[in-house]
Amino acid sequence: MSDSRIEINGIGKKFGRRRIFENVNFVFGKGEPSGIAGHNGAGKSTLIKIIANVISPNEGETVYYHQNAKLEKEKIFERIGFVAPYLVLYSEFSPLENLRFFSEIRGIEFNLARAEELLKTFNIYKRRNDYLRGFSSGMLQRMKFVFALYHNPDFLLLDEPTSNLDEEGKRTVYELTKKLAQEKVVIIASNESNDLALCGKILELEKFKKKK
Amino acid sequence: MKAFGVFNKDWQSELRTRYAINALAMFILVTVSVILFSVGQETIESYLAGGLLWVVIFFSAMSGLSRVFVSEEERGTALTLHLVASPETIFFGKLLFNLLLVFLINGVVIVLFLLLFETFRIANYALFALEFLLGNFGIAISSTIIAAIISKANAKGTLYPVLSFPVLLPLILTLIQLTEFSLDGATIAEAYVELLILFIYDGIMITASFMLFDFIWKE
Repeated sequence: MSDSRIEINGIGKKFGRRRIFENVNFVFGKGEPSGIAGHNGAGKSTLIKIIANVISPNEGETVYYHQNAKLEKEKIFERIGFVAPYLVLYSEFSPLENLRFFSEIRGIEFNLARAEELLKTFNIYKRRNDYLRGFSSGMLQRMKFVFALYHNPDFLLLDEPTSNLDEEGKRTVYELTKKLAQEKVVIIASNESNDLALCGKILELEKFKKKK
Repeated sequence: MKAFGVFNKDWQSELRTRYAINALAMFILVTVSVILFSVGQETIESYLAGGLLWVVIFFSAMSGLSRVFVSEEERGTALTLHLVASPETIFFGKLLFNLLLVFLINGVVIVLFLLLFETFRIANYALFALEFLLGNFGIAISSTIIAAIISKANAKGTLYPVLSFPVLLPLILTLIQLTEFSLDGATIAEAYVELLILFIYDGIMITASFMLFDFIWKE
């Protein structure tokens, strides 16, 4: 078993009377990306938010391990990188300002070299001092990857990672994801067959719908 | 220091967007003007001016202090904050920002009252300063936790005054009483009970807010 992993044990979630899924059990390890698949409304985003400890499940628990040590759930945000279409960065700040503020809030020293390296990787370096409000949706998606990777997280959670990206952007994401999965736990929630083709193990959420 | 990071982000954001400052400045300008027009040439009693002072402060708190959390929810950046900081860091960062706003706007309101109402003359400045300090802390703490609660609701605008009224009422009534004392020139020893009420109120609110915020913040 991988020394870094996320185990979800008996996870269930409902919104009001509507049950999204129940009794989901899975282990996400490193080596290759893991996938979460399911049709629209199956609960992929809900599950990935539960894994990120942003929302609470109604049943079950998520357990995080790094180098075989169990991690404190309350501090897991320090080790998570998250990309999603519904993630919004501060549009009144530039990419560098966003990263500087997030460093301050995380209590880590701002690393300009690291920030610039990531901005170059995702091809938005030239716009590093422009406010995000002037960015296209594809550039914002690239910036979300910079945000997710800047603090060098152990767990990378990607919800619809290639949405709004052009072919060159998708290629960068695929190459980087495969490389990062060697040393980090990478989870991809998506409907895109190309995204899921990167994944070794895939959690099919359809199987955890309540049988009527 | 992480909370200071949240405060710094909010302050820089406020300087660029002027979400709260503009709303508060306009509110103060309009309410003080309305009071001046309605009073006309009449001279109002000092106690009445003291009461009006806290009415203006209460409603200006209603109009501006909820922005700290509401703007994060409306812009969709609340999730981003979830991903970079613990609930305690967020709460104390937001509280710091609201403290700055409260001291800033209430300072302006008091200066305006001193300039525009000739009967509003403070006889004991030490007592008034103490009241101002403890009162502003109370308003900022209560407003911050209520703002967190209403930011998750649909009817944000209407819910804020409704929830704030019962929570802030004991504070505002005590502050009005203390303003009367400081206008009359009462000593700090004479106002001991009211000051103690403010101190206990602030202590209860900060403890309750700290305990509750984790549940409110996480969906």
